[in-house]
Amino acid sequence: LGSEAALFYVFGAVAVIASLLVIAQRNPVYSVLLLIGSFGALSGLYVLLEAPFVAVIQIIVYAGAIMVLFLFVVMLLNAPHEDTEYDERVHPLLRPGPMRFGAMLAMALLVELVWALTKGAELGAFTGTGVSSVQTIGRLLFTEYAFPFEVTSILILVAMVGAVVLARRETR
Amino acid sequence: MVTLNHYLILSAILFSIGTAGVFVRRNLITILLSIEIMLNAVNLTFVAFGRALGSADGLAIVITLFRHKESLNPESFTALKW
Repeated sequence: LGSEAALFYVFGAVAVIASLLVIAQRNPVYSVLLLIGSFGALSGLYVLLEAPFVAVIQIIVYAGAIMVLFLFVVMLLNAPHEDTEYDERVHPLLRPGPMRFGAMLAMALLVELVWALTKGAELGAFTGTGVSSVQTIGRLLFTEYAFPFEVTSILILVAMVGAVVLARRETR
Repeated sequence: MVTLNHYLILSAILFSIGTAGVFVRRNLITILLSIEIMLNAVNLTFVAFGRALGSADGLAIVITLFRHKESLNPESFTALKW
């Protein structure tokens, strides 16, 4: 067992356990904090995949910006618990009816995906070296992919304007 | 030896956890967090494929698929395994 394999299993286990706790946790604040842990583990996996740019972006954008936004909204709404008394009493993963059916659907999806991945041909080990250095990405982004880059910027601008319009206080 | 399949299976597990979260939870914030889990699982798949195919974009996947089937019609790729 090489050190790379050991690191893969450690990061993978942290990501899976943290994600499971995110959906099992009843307090959204804890959920958000656990998701930051999951994203940190994913960032480690990106480093193992020789994609340092994605790893750093994962930390800065996801763990840094988006999760802070989530925490802000949770605290702004001041609604740490689920609505009804029944929701308070019974743990989310133990409820009967359609919710349990949904969990079974997700389990079926997992079994199907793992079956397809293990029965199929081995897609092979990683060969060669990764090409995703920050320098390469920057150069590609501003030469070959300049147009998609600008289109993405406009898309994000539209989303920003949409958010401002949605959050605007109604004046009458 | 960690192969591409390891990463794909890890990604499948994370995606299923996200799906379960969307179905099971009745809290909009937690549902959004579950969607984030799914998005990141897909992201992990992209990065792993990019590393395995030695390229920075998904076009390499398209080239591999074309070499296999000699077609670019998406309906030719309905099999779940080779």
